[in-house]
Amino acid sequence: MAGGSSINVLEQFELHPVLGGLGEALRFSQSPLYMIAAVCLVLAFLYFGMRPAAVVPGRLQAAAEVCYEFIHNMAVDTIGPEGAAFFPFIFTLFFFILAGNYIGLLPFSFTFTSHIAVTFAMAFMVFLLTVVVSLKVQGLRFFAHFMPDGASPFLAPLLIPIEILSFLSRPVSLSIRLFANMVAGHVMFDIFASFVVMLAGFGVVGDVFAIGPIAINVALMALELLVGVLQAYVFAILTCIYLREAVAH
Amino acid sequence: MGVITKTVRAGLLATVCGVSLLAVSAPGAYATGMPQLDFANPLVTGQVMWGAIIFFVFYLVLSKAMLPGVARVLHDRSQRITGDLEVARSAKQDADKAVAELQQARKDAMAEAQAHLQKVLDEEHRAAEQQMQEINARLASEIADAEKNVAAEKARALSALKEIAADTTQALVQRLTGVAPDAQLVAQSVESASAHRSII
Repeated sequence: MAGGSSINVLEQFELHPVLGGLGEALRFSQSPLYMIAAVCLVLAFLYFGMRPAAVVPGRLQAAAEVCYEFIHNMAVDTIGPEGAAFFPFIFTLFFFILAGNYIGLLPFSFTFTSHIAVTFAMAFMVFLLTVVVSLKVQGLRFFAHFMPDGASPFLAPLLIPIEILSFLSRPVSLSIRLFANMVAGHVMFDIFASFVVMLAGFGVVGDVFAIGPIAINVALMALELLVGVLQAYVFAILTCIYLREAVAH
Repeated sequence: MGVITKTVRAGLLATVCGVSLLAVSAPGAYATGMPQLDFANPLVTGQVMWGAIIFFVFYLVLSKAMLPGVARVLHDRSQRITGDLEVARSAKQDADKAVAELQQARKDAMAEAQAHLQKVLDEEHRAAEQQMQEINARLASEIADAEKNVAAEKARALSALKEIAADTTQALVQRLTGVAPDAQLVAQSVESASAHRSII
């Protein structure tokens, strides 16, 4: 790493099989491992938080309840009364992404939300879910949404392709937003950290100037903590909005 | 609700299957600088399959076990708070009723006391009036008695006046004439003179 030009900021996104040959055969890299870690973290938080089941909650229980109520209110407020049925899904989605984003901020860890394959799979899952729910709830009237109400019929040849395109681009924008944010954040970390390594090669002067990139990385960590929760929130709220359209009669 | 829950579950299952298939059958894409876009790497597509499985398990554990537990705690609490509020509200109602009763009782007692006082005052008033009447009556009777006495005294005096007049007349006539007049005659004259003057 210290070899100056050999620093590769994209190296951190490489996947390596876990458990050698077994991991290779099962296509099990560190990415699913961190997914399991994130899931276990959230489940442990909820389990140990809610274990007292006290009427007057302690700190951990209050935190778990706040998480529950935050997502529940978001689902019900955005989707409507039907939102209660989707609440577990939204909760799963939000905390899967949030835990993935935050666990990736730990040094030497891996951020599975920085892989477009993962984020696109989730976005595509949301997309498929909205299509299935739309068809189930609205039937064939679902396709009428591609022609906006009150628009002139002469504009239909123009509007319908645009509407279809915008509908189909939802999973793409949803997945790329999260992926790009995570990649950008971690690349920035790596770049500024590599500055520190490079400056270390210049002796005492370099050591003094290295304070700059370290300070920037500290500030970046604060920013990434914000971005991590914000992107999880954006993903969840957009899912809610898509589902609201799906259950709307 | 049930239909939607079933739909969600079915949709999720379908998605997991679809994504897994997609992951397994993903065509080998071009390799670029970004490890994320190296779709030829089985590990890149493999994490989609594993991710789908992990996500589905996460969803099942949350929706079956964890979230209902949280919901139960929240529900119990809200019910308990509602119950306690209900108890407090009924207690307040009781207290309000008791206060109202107390005030009513005080008002009644005050009215009763007022009425009693009024009655006592009236009785006193009446008694005083009666006493006054009695005193007045007694005074009146005493006055009447006194007037009677005065009248009697006056009559007696007046009757004595004739005697005196007769005596005086007899004495005068005797002194003037030196002859004692007939007492009968004198009395008669005095009588007629007094009747004439109508003194009495």
